[in-house]
Amino acid sequence: MSAIATYTRRELMVVAAGREIHDREVVFVGMRLPLLGFGLAKATHAPEAVGLFENGIIRDRPAEAFIYTMGDPPNIAGALACVGLLDVMSLLQQGRVDVGFIGGAEVDPLGNLNTTWAGGEGRPVRLPGSGGGQDIASLAQRTVLIMEHEPRRFRERVSYVTSPGHFPGRRRGGPATLITTLGVFDLRQGRFRLRSLHPEVSLAHVRAATGFAVESDGTPAVTEPPTQEELAYIRHADPQGFWTGDHRGKGGD
Amino acid sequence: MSDKRQSLGDAIAAHVHDADAIALGLALESGIPFAAVHELIRQRRRDLTLIGPISDMAFDQLIGAGCVTRVIAAWVGNVAGGSGYCFRRALEQGIPHPITVEEHSNFTVGLALKAAAMGVPYLPTLTGIGSDIVRDHPRIRPQDDPFGGPPLLAVGAIRPDVTIVHTQRADRHGNAHLWGNLGLTLEGVYAARRTIVTCEEIVADEVIRSDPNRTVIPGLLVDAVVEVPGGALPASVQGYWRRDFETFLGYHGRSRTLEGYRAWLDEWVLGIASRDAYLAHLGQPALDRLRVRDQRLAAAANFAP
Repeated sequence: MSAIATYTRRELMVVAAGREIHDREVVFVGMRLPLLGFGLAKATHAPEAVGLFENGIIRDRPAEAFIYTMGDPPNIAGALACVGLLDVMSLLQQGRVDVGFIGGAEVDPLGNLNTTWAGGEGRPVRLPGSGGGQDIASLAQRTVLIMEHEPRRFRERVSYVTSPGHFPGRRRGGPATLITTLGVFDLRQGRFRLRSLHPEVSLAHVRAATGFAVESDGTPAVTEPPTQEELAYIRHADPQGFWTGDHRGKGGD
Repeated sequence: MSDKRQSLGDAIAAHVHDADAIALGLALESGIPFAAVHELIRQRRRDLTLIGPISDMAFDQLIGAGCVTRVIAAWVGNVAGGSGYCFRRALEQGIPHPITVEEHSNFTVGLALKAAAMGVPYLPTLTGIGSDIVRDHPRIRPQDDPFGGPPLLAVGAIRPDVTIVHTQRADRHGNAHLWGNLGLTLEGVYAARRTIVTCEEIVADEVIRSDPNRTVIPGLLVDAVVEVPGGALPASVQGYWRRDFETFLGYHGRSRTLEGYRAWLDEWVLGIASRDAYLAHLGQPALDRLRVRDQRLAAAANFAP
């Protein structure tokens, strides 16, 4: 191993996602990067966390091999239980899920996510839809959002609220953290505050890529880079770099 | 109980009609009844309503083939790839014709099917408060808690005309064993007017009776049972088939353009007579890679009285 770890932006995002999971928490694992983030947390700092998957899988071990989707056979083998979607959604609705992960195509300062219709001023683009996103956003004790950081995706107000962020009268939870390709943001109390910049990203870069004001206190922190142990897990779980990209360079992709 | 075995072609011809509402893909990414989906396309069903939570590629293929006028779903696309391009073309450009979408989340699709399965007009929920999905929704409405708690949303029942599922094994009466994640399989079957089960193997009645807890689908709810080995490919079937990711990603790339989708459809559906021909077209190396040959058997459960 070289003295300076090299890693992709997506590997850093997986690490940041995994670090949002605390030991012994019940996690509603979403699609894509959180599939790796959950396994990473289990393999490192959160060995007692339990994952719920919306297709009905409950497991307390990382998937046994690389997976494209939560329904792939290595995520079923060795599971604690295979039940139904309404069973795990019911646990979510009861308030028994500590943290849930959601991706989005557009976000606004309140953490509202749009995964339905995007496009703003241009020709509207139809996105796949909510999936379980609305449910996680509504019902988890806190949510972690994962996004590509581009100006067109960061809007003063999303054009369609698929997964609700902070709003008056919300009974539970709401967005806590937003992890992007450029940094990590704190969304608690409905304020959009920079928590850390990814290595080699400037505050000016973030501000230019964000369609609304970004709060920042003093000199922003830098996102803690992946450890060798974390990178080893990610490269074991995603050996071809399908999710975490093949542009390995120091913090960049 | 009667013998409900049919060929796939006969089962689709007998039990799925134009303008039917069909639930499928209920287990989410695994066990999608793609053989039945392709047979629906070959038999040129039209004006269908598709019902499901997410739909990994199957809804997109049916929409592109012109079979669909309405979708009741939480998510339509390609799980590993992203967008469903036929879904996008239909909604953005009206190609091959316009369709309508009743937006849902996975939970609300499930509650709608569960309400129908329970024989009640709606079920209450907390999901969706603050979301634009539930705004002016035809099937989700604000509801006061009759016991004095905070307001809820009521999700109206959805009753599919036909539910199609793929399972590991069933007997000739349609009593079906399924293992792995269940998704909304039970709710979809219990809610439906008719059910078609496709399965990897039709087995002796005693195999099914040996483990009644694994009989997720009782035959009394089933109208046709069809043995279709590999009938969920490219979706996985626990213990039988791995996920054929190359086909999912290949479709994602080719369906990006209308011409590419049509060529894909000709190659993999219209120019293919049956699931056996589909497997032959995949080729032996792919089948060897996808077929599960290892065994990891569950411990036996003693049902002795």
